[in-house]
Amino acid sequence: MSAATLHPPAAPAGDPMVPAEARVSKVEKETHDTFTLSLEPSNGSDLAPFSPGQFSMLYVFGVGELPISISGDPEEPGRLVYTVRSVGKATHRLVTLQAGETVGVRGPFGTTWPLTEARGKDVLVVAGGIGLAPLRPAIYHILRHRGDYRRLVVLYGARSPRDLLYKKQLTAWGYVPDTQILTTVDYGGLSWRGYVGVVTTLFRYVRLQPERTVALVCGPEIMMRYVVRELDTRGFAANDIHLSMERNMKCAVGFCGHCQFGPHFICKDGPIFPWSRLRTWLDKYEL
Amino acid sequence: MEMRQLVETLGSHPFVRGLPASHIEKLAGLAAEVHYQDEQIIFRQGDVSNLFCLVISGKIGIEVNAPGHTFRIQTIGEGEVFGWSSVLGGRDKQFQARALGLVRVLAFDGARLREACEGDCSLGYAVMNRLLRVVADRLQALRLQLIDVYTPPGARQA
Repeated sequence: MSAATLHPPAAPAGDPMVPAEARVSKVEKETHDTFTLSLEPSNGSDLAPFSPGQFSMLYVFGVGELPISISGDPEEPGRLVYTVRSVGKATHRLVTLQAGETVGVRGPFGTTWPLTEARGKDVLVVAGGIGLAPLRPAIYHILRHRGDYRRLVVLYGARSPRDLLYKKQLTAWGYVPDTQILTTVDYGGLSWRGYVGVVTTLFRYVRLQPERTVALVCGPEIMMRYVVRELDTRGFAANDIHLSMERNMKCAVGFCGHCQFGPHFICKDGPIFPWSRLRTWLDKYEL
Repeated sequence: MEMRQLVETLGSHPFVRGLPASHIEKLAGLAAEVHYQDEQIIFRQGDVSNLFCLVISGKIGIEVNAPGHTFRIQTIGEGEVFGWSSVLGGRDKQFQARALGLVRVLAFDGARLREACEGDCSLGYAVMNRLLRVVADRLQALRLQLIDVYTPPGARQA
């Protein structure tokens, strides 16, 4: 097995509330409403390294600050990559930035996917919609250190074929040995040759060995609830299921309490949690 | 396919797995292996069809025809079943089934299978129990599909 390089969850250097300036180096259109931005440091200093699962606070000057998961390769130095869906004023401004414009970056913040613990095991990735973005760094890492892990299974659901992220990469990953990629959409036209149905239906087509598999799950919360139920039915231990949670993060360091979720602050204690720490809270209506 | 091979193939299908050998043999007596080519329509909406199938390999699209448009609402794959309404006495097919690639199934005449279930309560209970699970799973999946989970709440129409 090759030794995988994983940064510990990084505490940002300096004052975590002060953004560093970064320059947009590339904007790629992923779907009709989702774009991937590459950022590079604008003043010659390095952007802080990150681990898969972490997020940054991106400050769009004059508009606002947003928590955005990092979706790039953790071992590609010198730039940070984010996949953003345009759903509001700030995200719309973010995805319409042009190469050369600047944004503020704080972070990276938060906990990481348990890739060290997953070494020597199968890894099951279950993603829904834009939830594939925070999982992509984990997939990059596993593929870069393929010998450290056993089988990689990716189950990915989206609303329709036009909403699927990283289509070319999904196809390419499917050719890697011991890697199985299954995609499904809720609404497929006749030209779509893949599966139609919610992401949980894909479990029927994969053979899983729960005792030697770590599950990484990210997507809309309601989807994650049903995915966890499916994993539970199949005998996964609560500590082998990890979810990426999302709430209204503001300070990103546990000061403000905006992202409180039961006893947890999503920004500081998460966003990645083992299911064993969330199970009491995920079904609570008020949260 | 020889009867012994048919019993083996049938016995390894998730819908039948775990049934007593006597039930599997009885079911094998009612089954036939059928192949469909890519894009072949297995049955059409409105067809009087008694076809109930266990999918051995391949993928099937379940579709609804509306004037000028066909919606694919679901896909069925290896280890699953389709055409279950024929076992419950439904006559006309409510949906269209299309082979997406080469498809291998074990096909049953739904009416004959129902007769066999009525004549042997133990077999009947086992088959109906499994069919109910299939229907419940489909209903659950359909509910999730209706929620449209991937669309951000703010972008949903009221």
